[in-house]
Amino acid sequence: MKEIVVISGKGGTGKTSITASLAYLGGEDLIVADCDVDAADMHLLMAPDFGKPEDFFSGELAYIDQDACIKCGKCQAVCRFDAIPIIDSQYVVDPLGCEGCGYCARICPTEAITNSQPNVGKCFISSIRTGTTMVHARLSIGADNSGKLVAKVKNEAKALAEIQNKIAVLVDGSPGVGCPVVSSLSGASFTVLVTEPTVSGLHDLRRVYELVKKFGIKAGCIINKGDINPEVSREIKDFLKEENIVLLSEIPYNVKFTEAMTNGKTIVEYDKDLGKIISESWEKILRATRSVGDPE
Amino acid sequence: MKIVFTAKGTDMDAAMDPRFGRTEYFVIFDEDTKSVESYDNRSIEGEAHGAGPKTAQKLAEYGAEVLVTGNGPGGNAATVLKTTGIAVYIGAGDMTVKEAYEAYKSGNLKTV
Amino acid sequence: MKIAIASGKGGTGKTTLSTNLASYIAESRECALSDLDVEEPNSGLFIKAELIHEEDKFKKIPEWEKSRCELCGNCQTVCNFNAVLKLGKMIMVFPELCHGCYACSELCPTGSLPMKQKKMGELKAYKSGNLNFIESRLIIGEEQAVPLIKQTIDYVDEHFSDEVIKIFDSPPGTSCPVIEATRDADFVILVTEPTPFGLHDLKLAVETVKQMGKPFAVVINRHGIGNDCVELYCKEDNIDIIASIPNDRLIAETYSRGDLLYPTIPSVKDAVRSISTYIDNFDLLDNGSLKSKKTGQIK
Repeated sequence: MKEIVVISGKGGTGKTSITASLAYLGGEDLIVADCDVDAADMHLLMAPDFGKPEDFFSGELAYIDQDACIKCGKCQAVCRFDAIPIIDSQYVVDPLGCEGCGYCARICPTEAITNSQPNVGKCFISSIRTGTTMVHARLSIGADNSGKLVAKVKNEAKALAEIQNKIAVLVDGSPGVGCPVVSSLSGASFTVLVTEPTVSGLHDLRRVYELVKKFGIKAGCIINKGDINPEVSREIKDFLKEENIVLLSEIPYNVKFTEAMTNGKTIVEYDKDLGKIISESWEKILRATRSVGDPE
Repeated sequence: MKIVFTAKGTDMDAAMDPRFGRTEYFVIFDEDTKSVESYDNRSIEGEAHGAGPKTAQKLAEYGAEVLVTGNGPGGNAATVLKTTGIAVYIGAGDMTVKEAYEAYKSGNLKTV
Repeated sequence: MKIAIASGKGGTGKTTLSTNLASYIAESRECALSDLDVEEPNSGLFIKAELIHEEDKFKKIPEWEKSRCELCGNCQTVCNFNAVLKLGKMIMVFPELCHGCYACSELCPTGSLPMKQKKMGELKAYKSGNLNFIESRLIIGEEQAVPLIKQTIDYVDEHFSDEVIKIFDSPPGTSCPVIEATRDADFVILVTEPTPFGLHDLKLAVETVKQMGKPFAVVINRHGIGNDCVELYCKEDNIDIIASIPNDRLIAETYSRGDLLYPTIPSVKDAVRSISTYIDNFDLLDNGSLKSKKTGQIK
């Protein structure tokens, strides 16, 4: 079983629309995992039934038991995050400020402070309209995505793919270059980089590829809106050649791309020309993924 | 010499886990005594961040000299492995532990 | 007046709006634009101004001093973030994972982990006429954006008086960095796209600013590309849409070159003018709420 991870570094490049199209093309052969938990939009195109909701707990949050508190103020003195204000003459924890370091609980003389794992969101295992299963999550306000949550979504997806003998897990990866994207990439057989030919698009592509390289994962690239700036587009292609990244396709700027999403459809269902380009990319991805692990 | 494999099970026939930091198990093969040990790493699931360095620390405690895994470890884990002098071989994510050992012996794995 | 420009989703046009709005306002009065998307600051690509100041920004992290250390491992036990590890006969600190809580340092029985300054990023200030531009950039691999955002806002507070219009280009999403970037704002502008993805993320952003008790309004970018779902939602929930920027290939091309839009594209000029007028219509009251000069309505 293979793992195909789609990432972009920068937002707004069309990553999720493209991933949804790949999910449509792969159909029942895939299990889909949405690890772009900060902006989990893929469900809007996949019509999930939000099956098996499960609460997700992460990090720590301090809680002060007012009966045991002797109001010595030591907790407030050690807190570097100003998260223990006095309200109505009681020391209380500000949940948006608390980083969960646990220092206050360690030094409280009466052990009045405990740490609990807060509920930071929900995880779902849904049936979707491509005839397969999608694992996805929804975060609570102010909650951070983490390597832990991404690993959970991916593990559920991989376990299902094993049992049901699927060809691959298709992962919509996290943005940025931090811990969540490290967790998204970890274990990948092949990674698809989605970018656009803008100065910021190229900048972010270089940054996220540093990470891919460190993991030693083979990569391919889709340049979206390829024709809006031929010059930057050429720069991107030079970069791909230099780094031995497969150019999967160059999708022209086309309003149909967004129209499809507006109609709740993937691009391959909505427009024949764009659909053909993405189908060809998918064939290339499958070929490249199959050959991973073969002796070179 | 002790060689550690990231694995989804506890013996030489287990499939490799391509991940490093959040690997389910290690299989530890001692080339001198031909003995096979394993370590259950699944409690790492509870860690929100920093799974890589923590797993690398465990490996060092086992006195491993070589690590064979799938994808290369991320930045912090790589630092720990380098500091503790553990050699890292990657690209064995799709094999069993036994196959990974053979690939390592015959020089078919990339080192980082 | 402090205005935060935010959005639930990345790539909706926050930076486009921030840079064009700030430059437009600066044609008639002093304005300070800060890029608080410290992980990926992109505003600077669109602003041509002279560098007048730069400084390194630091956070405090523990540093191991070997001489007195008894290797008891207490530091590793008290760290909730896996940022301190005992490796054989040494203690290793991972600065990117450290939240700076001081627990390992202050609870160390031998004082072997004093807190030392570590560079986490750089702040640069630029000036061109009435336009001040402040940009902070996290160094690669650094995972904690919040302390740098906080220090950048402090810098702006110290250097610019209340009369200056301050615009904060916020990071995307609804997590801690956005909350830090908008916590101080008097008014929040949410930028969205008129598509189902845009609407979904807008709703999350609205929920966030409501929870923070901030007055806010919406700007629609790439208007005409999707459908009227965002407009219907705003109407139903009584949210002001203060401007729309049309979907236009010319805009995409101009943006891709790193150029400002409003000087050459009239529809963008109309949009930034409406936003500027909308902001000017409010007086900031002492209690932090906004009062309309025209209607007397309090937001």
